[in-house]
Amino acid sequence: MIINHPLLGPRDSAEFTYMGDARLIDRPDAGSDTAAQDFYDYGYLRDNPAGWHEELWFHEAGDRSWLVVTRNTLTHEISDVKLARDVARSRGRKL
Amino acid sequence: MHNLRTVTALGVAAPRIDRFDHITLAENDGLALASVAARLGKEAACHAALGNLLGGVPDIGRTILRDPEAGFWMGPEQWMIGAPRATHEHLADQLKERFGDAASITEQSGAWATFDVTGAMMREMSERLCNVPIRRMIAGDVQRTVIHQLGCFVIRREAEDHIRILGPRASAKNLHHALLTAALALA
Repeated sequence: MIINHPLLGPRDSAEFTYMGDARLIDRPDAGSDTAAQDFYDYGYLRDNPAGWHEELWFHEAGDRSWLVVTRNTLTHEISDVKLARDVARSRGRKL
Repeated sequence: MHNLRTVTALGVAAPRIDRFDHITLAENDGLALASVAARLGKEAACHAALGNLLGGVPDIGRTILRDPEAGFWMGPEQWMIGAPRATHEHLADQLKERFGDAASITEQSGAWATFDVTGAMMREMSERLCNVPIRRMIAGDVQRTVIHQLGCFVIRREAEDHIRILGPRASAKNLHHALLTAALALA
């Protein structure tokens, strides 16, 4: 499988480590009234789609950047790769 | 007074050189290293300081080879700076003065072992060791990769047959073993 790194171009997936569902970017607000339930959902509940899935991949043997990879779990086709930093900022993350 | 002797990354008094007809593998003990990471919101000031130091900001996957300081891109908003250890032993302190609060500077001289691989079979040796596209790389290209399960930087230097490999210093002997094995396999 080849991951088309937004900065470095096509790279062997063996250089990367899978780090889970990309929804881990959306960390709940610890100050919210429903924080306990929110963190339970965040920590334990995952969809397990047969099809398109947004995933976090860490370029461990490369530039150490985190990526959001949109991958089809049935075919391993990859339709989109973005820097996780850019995705988090586009969702309103300040840092 | 303690009678202390400096040793190289391989633990010997003088840098080791393994010389064959097709490959020369030389430990390079003469580099001081420090990393530069731009602080959030201070990227422009960090780029300006890099420009003053190197004459430019190393682009993605690129090195600026310049004397006495040189630098290469490590990741988004992160670079490694290298200089001769004889004149820049306190490189991190010197960079801290230059960059101020625009970047976080970390001493890296004690973290890396450096090997220079030269010779007619350098490309074949590189292909046995890691998956950098060595035949497409031009002078100044740099990639982080894995050699012998160790995270390493591979830099294509100015000479056609020369790569510099930076690997974790604590595993210097493992890396040297891997390089020597690959060199001997091609003899």
